[in-house]
Amino acid sequence: MIAIVDYGAGNLVSVKKAVEWLGRECAITSDPAEVARATSIILPGVGHFASTAAIQKAGLRDVISDAIGRDVPFLGICVGMQWMFEGSQESPETAGLGLLRGECERFPESVKSPHVGWNELDVTEYSLLFHGVKSAPFVYFTHSFRAPANGTTVAYCEYGGRFSAAVERDRVFGVQFHPEKSGEIGLQVLRNFCSL
Amino acid sequence: MLTKRIIACLDVDGGRVVKGVQFENLRDAGDPAELAKAHSESGADEIVLLDISAAHERRTTLLDTVRRAAAQLFIPFTVGGGIRCLDDAASVFAAGADKISINSAALADPSLITLIAQRFGSQAVVVAIDAKRDTNGSGWKAFTRGGRTGTGRDAVVWAQEAEDRGAGEILLTSMDRDGTASGFDCELTRAVAGSVRIPVIASGGAGGAQHFEEVFRDGSADAALAASIFHYGLTSLGDLKQELRVHGIPVRWPC
Repeated sequence: MIAIVDYGAGNLVSVKKAVEWLGRECAITSDPAEVARATSIILPGVGHFASTAAIQKAGLRDVISDAIGRDVPFLGICVGMQWMFEGSQESPETAGLGLLRGECERFPESVKSPHVGWNELDVTEYSLLFHGVKSAPFVYFTHSFRAPANGTTVAYCEYGGRFSAAVERDRVFGVQFHPEKSGEIGLQVLRNFCSL
Repeated sequence: MLTKRIIACLDVDGGRVVKGVQFENLRDAGDPAELAKAHSESGADEIVLLDISAAHERRTTLLDTVRRAAAQLFIPFTVGGGIRCLDDAASVFAAGADKISINSAALADPSLITLIAQRFGSQAVVVAIDAKRDTNGSGWKAFTRGGRTGTGRDAVVWAQEAEDRGAGEILLTSMDRDGTASGFDCELTRAVAGSVRIPVIASGGAGGAQHFEEVFRDGSADAALAASIFHYGLTSLGDLKQELRVHGIPVRWPC
């Protein structure tokens, strides 16, 4: 069973609907015991980075950390991906999981923010997440802060500079865009994750 | 490069898609769920479903229609019409919408924008503004209740307030152009787009590809919405996007 972690940030119906469309069993849950038993974990998220403080409060941070340690596949979406980093300028007092190096940052003044809409990705060759996806795919974004590019970046996006649109390390994945809202390409990304 | 979005709008009344000329003379154009899927497959970047009867008949949004349409839709899906409080919004999200669009209710009580944004995120809150050129020719005024009631509020100032209160996007309809197929109101769109930092969706007046090109280039729109030209097959979404590409407008293609 795939756990879609609910920590009170936004609407998880779309993610659940997409996973079910792929024929996978999933449940929206905020119960640490259920997350601990999951075969894969998806951590969505929208809105403010400060909302991720609820992950710790609900006792989910250690459970997720432990699951990642046991090689349970993990996918962070949007703010869920940003949380995998050390923190974000959006809420300096809120600690991220710190699994990936770097801090999420604001878009420069030269571009409109939030970054909303379909943008093109520059995908690296070795990505598991993008297996079977044609080159230069378009995916749907909606966010005001972005994760820095680092050694785990497998897809870059250009908007007021290059940033991390997707990261991968072992069985840990993060996507800044919304795979549940990115048409066939997004479904393929979710399919790849759910097939691990 | 961030692309310009082409949004297919379904105006729904009594569970059927209709489209009027300047909000009147409705003509049946089909089943919302079927049309939403068809538009998505033919290249729409987003679907907006507006229950156009809801605001003035005081009905709740057609949750069942939303549920059916959302079931097979994997692109952004916005629902508007008759959302008057946080609970209305919550039930529309639960039915599968990604964003809600509010118009009359936001004008009546602007704090509703903040309330919904705090709970579901700003990205989920679209403030729709029906704007009509002022009779004395200076600027545009916002109207409510399906274009029936003038508010006296300046459309640009209202858009700025909506942004400050937490709106994630502005859906800007020119009532002067709506249903005329004579082109978007680029002047109105540019005035609003230049005054806010959030994306502006231009609506009202789409008749052909050149109108989209104009509103993206001259109107500074981030997205453009149309209804009837897609439903009745006057313009296919694929052809529209191809033509925009040829003219140097970045669009998502192939989809």
